[in-house]
Amino acid sequence: MNTLEVAIRRKAYRHDGADIVALAGLDFTVPAGQFACILGPSGCGKTTLLSIIAGLDRAYDGSVRRAAGERRLGMVFQTPRLLPWLSVRENVRLALEPPPRGEGRAEELLREMQLGALIDAFPRQLSGGQQRRVALARAFVSDPDLLLLDEPFQSLDAPTAQHLRELLLTLWARRRPTILFVTHDLREALSLGDRVLFLSAGPGRLVLDLPLDLPRPRGPDSAAVEALRKRLLESYPDLLRGLAASAVAESAA
Amino acid sequence: MPVQSLRGGDVWLRGLSAAGLLALWQAAAGLASAPQLLPGPAAVAAALARLVAGGQLPLDLAITLLRVAASFALALAAGAAIGIAMGRSRRVDALFDLWLVLGLNIPALVIIYLCYLWGGLTEAAAILAVALNKVPNTATILREGARAVDRELLQVADVLHLSAMRRLRQVYLPQLYPYLMAATRSGLSLIWKIVLVAEFVGRSNGVGFRLNLYFQFFDITNILAYSASFIAVVLAVEAWAIRPLERRLTRWRG
Repeated sequence: MNTLEVAIRRKAYRHDGADIVALAGLDFTVPAGQFACILGPSGCGKTTLLSIIAGLDRAYDGSVRRAAGERRLGMVFQTPRLLPWLSVRENVRLALEPPPRGEGRAEELLREMQLGALIDAFPRQLSGGQQRRVALARAFVSDPDLLLLDEPFQSLDAPTAQHLRELLLTLWARRRPTILFVTHDLREALSLGDRVLFLSAGPGRLVLDLPLDLPRPRGPDSAAVEALRKRLLESYPDLLRGLAASAVAESAA
Repeated sequence: MPVQSLRGGDVWLRGLSAAGLLALWQAAAGLASAPQLLPGPAAVAAALARLVAGGQLPLDLAITLLRVAASFALALAAGAAIGIAMGRSRRVDALFDLWLVLGLNIPALVIIYLCYLWGGLTEAAAILAVALNKVPNTATILREGARAVDRELLQVADVLHLSAMRRLRQVYLPQLYPYLMAATRSGLSLIWKIVLVAEFVGRSNGVGFRLNLYFQFFDITNILAYSASFIAVVLAVEAWAIRPLERRLTRWRG
């Protein structure tokens, strides 16, 4: 069963009277429960892609189909986007419908994520890493079937980012939501995903669809990830800059 | 600790400033050629006590306050609705911007006269006239607020599929609170003044009516006594209603 079918023919922005094409000919499907990473150079339309899948952006040519009976969507943005006037608890409860009356799922999850002591704090009192943890809790609390994450751990120090990655994997392993994880960090993608979708530089197209069957857990600095990364960069030297479509056609041939 | 002592010094300075004002008043009263031209603080306080005991001042004050409350509620609701609509849509803004500029620049007295002429010397006409004076100002402030609303936070509401009510109360309105508070502050100070004009032009009770009466009798003592009571009420509303409300709404800023 496919949770997600994406077929975007074209997505363009109007800028100074000219069309700037952000995405073109992007087709892929993600089976239910898969952890898929989307990797591409900055400006390749990764954030635009997530906005389209989330339904925030409807002005595009193509279609996105999400699984029938899908419960809720969880999303973690590039910045935590917590509501500053709501406490940590209220921010997480916002994702629950109907609004909970007493203690429940939100508090349980926050305690489990070591945010119990900060439950009634306001976002401005938290560190960057703590804010992102709250954003992660808000995305998971409604037990979503599809989770979209847009470079959720960027600009964090390495140990904090790694801690959050492990937390994400723990939460994912429990209920297995389908995850689309956008990043520009190859090590991060290789350490997290079941699969990595490589996008070209803008307009974003799919240039390489790489299934991963490395055993978990695998840290971003583990030998297996490092070996795979080396091999990839040897076979596709331009991978991180976004391969030219022709290079992939050649290697596939 | 420094914050605390600074505040303490602040209170002390404010007290000194109030005492200085009273002393200045007393000195000016001493210089006046006739005592009824500028009665001193003691004489005004005595008149105030007499007016309160007689029951006439509390009644006038209550009537005026009711008019203030009614006009203010009307102006805030209408002004906020118009301002938010204009701030959200460039088209609505282009359509009504000229009206707003016009509204901001019509003299208060003209609106009051027109409302009385068209609506008769009625309570409804008075309240409408005062409210109409405030609507353009509220709309202008709330338009700024609606323009400044953070689209990224609205996207969060979209992704979470919030109900219209939760979206409004927890995501949209909190962003407008500072603007609503600004509109409340400037609104009350404007409405206080305009209500008196509306009362003296076309009502037979309230503070404005009474001031006009004393004016005709050249009764400066009672005019000052009424003014003092009025100022006291404004300060009380600020201290016990507006400031606590503002503190509650901005608690999260810590």
